[in-house]
Amino acid sequence: MVFSGLAEKLQETFRKLKGKGRLTGEDVDEALKEVRRALLDADVNFKVVKDFQQRVKERAVGSDVLTSLTPGQQVVKIVHDELAGLMGGVQSKINLAPKPPTVVMMVGLQGGGKTTTSAKLANMLRKSGRRPLLVAADIYRPAAIKQLQVLGSQLDVPVFSMGDRNSPVDIARAALENAVTNNRDLVIIDTAGRLHVDDELMSELEAVKAAVKPHEILLVVDAMTGQVAVNVAETFNQRLGLDGVVLTKLDGDTRGGAALSIKAVTGCPIKFAGVGEKLDAIEPFHPDRMADRILGMGDVMTLIEKAQSNFDSEQMEKLNKKIRAADFTLEDFMQQIQEVKKLGPLQQIIGMIPGLGSAKKLKELGEIDDKELVYVEAIVKSMTPWERRHSHEISGSRKKRIARGSGTSVQEVNRLLKQFEQTKKMMKQFTDMEKNIKKGGKMGMNPLLGLGKKDLF
Amino acid sequence: MGLFSKLKESLTKTRQGFVEKIESLVTGRKAIDQELYDELEEILIQADVGADTALDLVEDLRKLVKERKVGDPEQLKPLLQELIAGIMGEETYAVNWGGPPTVILVVGVNGVGKTTTIGKLAHYFKENGQKVLLAAGDTFRAAAIDQLEIWANRTGVDIIKHHEGSDPAAVAFDALQAARARKIDVLIIDTAGRLHTKSNLMDELKKVGRVMSREVPGAPHEVLLVLDSTTGQNAISQAKLFGEATGVTGIVLTKLDGTAKGGVVIGIRKELDIPVKFIGIGEGIDDLRSYDAGDYVKALFN
Ligand SMILES: Nc1nc2c(ncn2[C@@H]2O[C@H](COP(=O)(O)OP(=O)(O)OP(=O)(O)O)[C@@H](O)[C@H]2O)c(=O)[nH]1
Ligand SMILES: [Mg+2]
Repeated sequence: MVFSGLAEKLQETFRKLKGKGRLTGEDVDEALKEVRRALLDADVNFKVVKDFQQRVKERAVGSDVLTSLTPGQQVVKIVHDELAGLMGGVQSKINLAPKPPTVVMMVGLQGGGKTTTSAKLANMLRKSGRRPLLVAADIYRPAAIKQLQVLGSQLDVPVFSMGDRNSPVDIARAALENAVTNNRDLVIIDTAGRLHVDDELMSELEAVKAAVKPHEILLVVDAMTGQVAVNVAETFNQRLGLDGVVLTKLDGDTRGGAALSIKAVTGCPIKFAGVGEKLDAIEPFHPDRMADRILGMGDVMTLIEKAQSNFDSEQMEKLNKKIRAADFTLEDFMQQIQEVKKLGPLQQIIGMIPGLGSAKKLKELGEIDDKELVYVEAIVKSMTPWERRHSHEISGSRKKRIARGSGTSVQEVNRLLKQFEQTKKMMKQFTDMEKNIKKGGKMGMNPLLGLGKKDLF
Repeated sequence: MGLFSKLKESLTKTRQGFVEKIESLVTGRKAIDQELYDELEEILIQADVGADTALDLVEDLRKLVKERKVGDPEQLKPLLQELIAGIMGEETYAVNWGGPPTVILVVGVNGVGKTTTIGKLAHYFKENGQKVLLAAGDTFRAAAIDQLEIWANRTGVDIIKHHEGSDPAAVAFDALQAARARKIDVLIIDTAGRLHTKSNLMDELKKVGRVMSREVPGAPHEVLLVLDSTTGQNAISQAKLFGEATGVTGIVLTKLDGTAKGGVVIGIRKELDIPVKFIGIGEGIDDLRSYDAGDYVKALFN
């Protein structure tokens, strides 16, 4: 296991303890302060944090420190294991009706992403052979029905609606009949967003439930939700009996502590994660990765997957060849910058790399941010193609022109050129190394991600 | 697993209002002690104030208690109110008028309440006797244009729209021309919800901003970032990145009619100095208030 973020802080806490064989109550309390902070910063509900601390303490005090671990690592391990255990395993199956159609009901607060998620689910389940019918039962929000209709037509999935003058109960009931007549085996009901404390609207959902007896009631929750997530999940669960949760907007930079809160109070599995606005941006939810993300331990798996989906492997192969042949030019460098930008903001990407998670480390690396990328880009863009290919032959007058064109100074142009040369050298070493290791099927990482950061900026 | 039931039990117990909690916390206590401060810190954390800011507030409170030689726990609440109002600002924040037209760009992540807020703002300015024009700059989300159009009809103001998929900067350009030709006082531009971490989408917003400042000097005069009060600490990142990309001038805190307090704005105000200008307290056309220190702190405590 690779540690960073919280892990680093704990290492710090336990520095004086090196070599101690057994964790005392005091040691653990000290460590748990950091754990508490990490969890609260991630928006885990404070009650959940308290109980969690208690659990970790019970397990940690008196436990023998494994010989291979420092006390700090030991606590992180316990924290990580507890958290992963609490989050449960992957569970992304929808309850299917013994006799079709299967009815799925989507519920949640306003603005959580129910409509988009309904369409995503229809799209996903259709791929596995279902014949979905989307049902527009949000009669309140202006143009909500139209929104679902547009998404349905994009996917070529039928949308059942009766305008906004009929009650959601009537709509849901009629939709079910419609599904049976038209041989649809999956009915997905999009309901209006509502506050969990709005008794009238919560009763309306109970009535819809009673009318169509859904096989699956899914709570859609924004991953950025704060402390209130527990009350929301608890109330929806009490009144409707949830079967699962969908966590949306996980493609941002939220730590997503709401996931833990919701799981802890409802016991319901989080089944899916929404990771973008496109209609295929839905994934099975991985509790173990979420545990690491909440703790700020670097979501390596996500990074690798992101990189894999973003980097064109053929292009990577070409690039690796170029590096080995040492004719990696500023043009390629630019292209790399574009690739990295596609992954998201640099801070976030770096945050996903274990060991680089903490803000302090980032500072040490010299405040890498996207602005600097823009800056590098501006300089390279101001060069002629010849200059990009012959970076070491750029004359003083050319540098002046480039500086003017990019709104920078000659020193800055020089700095970039020097850094580029260093990077090239290091990349060569890196690819040679990789060639030697040659793990089967391992993709070449983007050199900008892999190394050279310190020297680059 | 005993944890879940225990948790449930304790959560039910904490479902009283903030005020009651503070009151039950301070009444019947003889002395201001560590336990009291700890509990206060927890109440603040529960309002999404954030661990750091909550700790700072409690530390400041401790100092104030010492300075003013306060011994009575009942005195804590007004002191805390004073501290929070001190950070958030005492008075109501005026709109940055400019132009004419005064151009207001509304930005934020997906689903926070941008379009609804624009509907409410249109109503608010119109009641004020101003001539309002809306621009359907969300050309991305399905039926977003229809949604804004319904609000335009409800409030009886004009709307400039293109079709789905068109360039939002072009919509903004047309809207500015129309606003000038029609002698509009306030032009409000809707934008598609976007995560602040997507640099290409933030670039798109910058472009909209550039088009506007080219057409009307000083525009947009107001960039309102809409924050959902149910959002936790991520709102800080939202404020930072939207701020960098678009120069946010004010915050609209929505959905305060629920139980969430949006306490994260205290940290934002401290760190980034962006004032809260409006709050949303429901889905209706009237459910918008200009920020008021007293009301906000009250809301935070209720
Ligand atoms: N309870 C409550 N709901 C609100 C408030 N403001 C907005 N909403 C609701 O939140 C939901 C989303 O609002 P929109 O205005 O569509 O949000 P948006 O930011 O424009 O969303 P996108 O354009 O999809 O990013 C709608 O159901 C609104 O009715 C508020 O102050 N209180
Ligand atoms: Mg909108």
